[in-house]
Amino acid sequence: MAEKKVTKDDLFWVFVKSNFLLGSFNFERMQAMGFCVAMMPILKRVYTGDDLKKALKRHLEFFNTQPFVAAAIMGIIGAMEEKKANGAEISEATLSGVKVGLIGPLAGVGDPIFWGTLRPVLAALGAGIALTGSLLGPIIFFVGFNAIRLATHWYGVMYGYERGTALVENIGGNQMRFLTEGSSVLGLFVMGALVAKWTSVNMPLVISEYDNSAGEHVVTTLQSILDSLMPSIVPLLMTFACMYLLKKGVNALTIIVGLFIIGIAGYACGLMA
Amino acid sequence: MTIVLLFIVAMITGFASVLDEMQFHRPVLACTMTGAVLGDMTTGIILGGTLEMMALGWMNVGAAMAPDAALASVVSTILVIVGHQSIGAGIALAVPLAAAGQVLTIFVRTITVFFQHLADKYAEEGNCRGIEMCHFLGLLLQGLRVALPSVAIYMVAGTDTVNDALNSIPEVVTRGLQVAGGFIVVVGYAMVINLMNAGKLMVYFFLGFILAVFTDVNLIGFGAIGAICAYFHIQTLQQNINIEEAAKTGGGSAIEGDDIDDSDLM
Repeated sequence: MAEKKVTKDDLFWVFVKSNFLLGSFNFERMQAMGFCVAMMPILKRVYTGDDLKKALKRHLEFFNTQPFVAAAIMGIIGAMEEKKANGAEISEATLSGVKVGLIGPLAGVGDPIFWGTLRPVLAALGAGIALTGSLLGPIIFFVGFNAIRLATHWYGVMYGYERGTALVENIGGNQMRFLTEGSSVLGLFVMGALVAKWTSVNMPLVISEYDNSAGEHVVTTLQSILDSLMPSIVPLLMTFACMYLLKKGVNALTIIVGLFIIGIAGYACGLMA
Repeated sequence: MTIVLLFIVAMITGFASVLDEMQFHRPVLACTMTGAVLGDMTTGIILGGTLEMMALGWMNVGAAMAPDAALASVVSTILVIVGHQSIGAGIALAVPLAAAGQVLTIFVRTITVFFQHLADKYAEEGNCRGIEMCHFLGLLLQGLRVALPSVAIYMVAGTDTVNDALNSIPEVVTRGLQVAGGFIVVVGYAMVINLMNAGKLMVYFFLGFILAVFTDVNLIGFGAIGAICAYFHIQTLQQNINIEEAAKTGGGSAIEGDDIDDSDLM
């Protein structure tokens, strides 16, 4: 029996299809169909007949992780499927075990890096430029984000396939912890700056008004008092309040509506402007 | 012609909203594209930038779903450009639209369960094309759920009925919403911070905040300083791990260390 070998072309198509992982996201098995479709180039290469049917079925099982790092799982599972097709002792349970076992750790790395740091930082940068009406803003966000995203998909599939299960051991290791924690530091630092720079709360409520000895009219507003204590203190406190409410399980849209009501009420009674 | 282009753009944002890959559903891109199609890209870019700030923390993590940026961006851009509304009104309209879009995508994600079971049947038959069809039908529905409402609203936007309805919103509400627009973004920041589940790392958040309050460094500068902080943080972490390892192995060389307690991280 000739050895069944996955080609470079197959891996390329896994890479392409990995970009559609979430297409058929549903509440029952989430990314299952997307994963199965992405694995097809490899499965069709190494299996035929009943083996192919079985392989398709096992990859229609529940799957859900951060979509960019999922590419690495595709590569790893692809390598295992290839070995299995060539007679290695890999049971279906082992394959499912590895797959499901990778979901958590990889999402744990991918979510804070991509959703927690990369996207908010690039989006805030792009949006800040976009506010001036410059097309450069959207372009920076689009090119920057997608370059890193595509690289993650590409190297995920390629390294995942090359290293196979050897990569699994790395995921629990220090490198991943450094990457996650390092990007959290960067993300939190920028978030702190954003809370101060990209929010505006103005409270022009007049506290006192008098003419000083030099004959100048001095107006003290709530905002000027706050600014002399700590500028941006109100958005900071609002951020903490939101964090608390979100942790309590309050829906984000509910909080947004609540803030809108605060804005309208604040404007109506002259507290905010 | 505009309708066809709008339909295509709305489809693309709908695809992106579920795929979460290319990010065409993010306001800064979706509003820009919609604005370009409607002949006023600059307004689209500015509205997109404003909405993006508000939606910064809207993300799909695990099974949780973000408010829908795609429908909110496309439709509010239509109402601002075609319906001659202010950017402030566009922001105000975006929130209920995001909630409506979320309901629509929940609906589609439920329908897709049916395709999932159809795919099971195709798998029994070893029919790859069939499974692919089920997969991409789900994607198609996600495009349509943004494109159809968008085109419908484009057709009625700018008519007297819609304009009268939008203009009947009292000034205190639109101005109040604009005021809220200044700080609504804190919800997004809070979501991002919660995701990182910072714990001890919050000290970096405060460092960023203090620096931003008392200096004029721009955002790129903050990115650079943040990266340097991250570098030093990792250095310290590595040293701590080395010390721990050394203690554990009784002074032996410490390079590998996989069983570190991660409880303060996640």
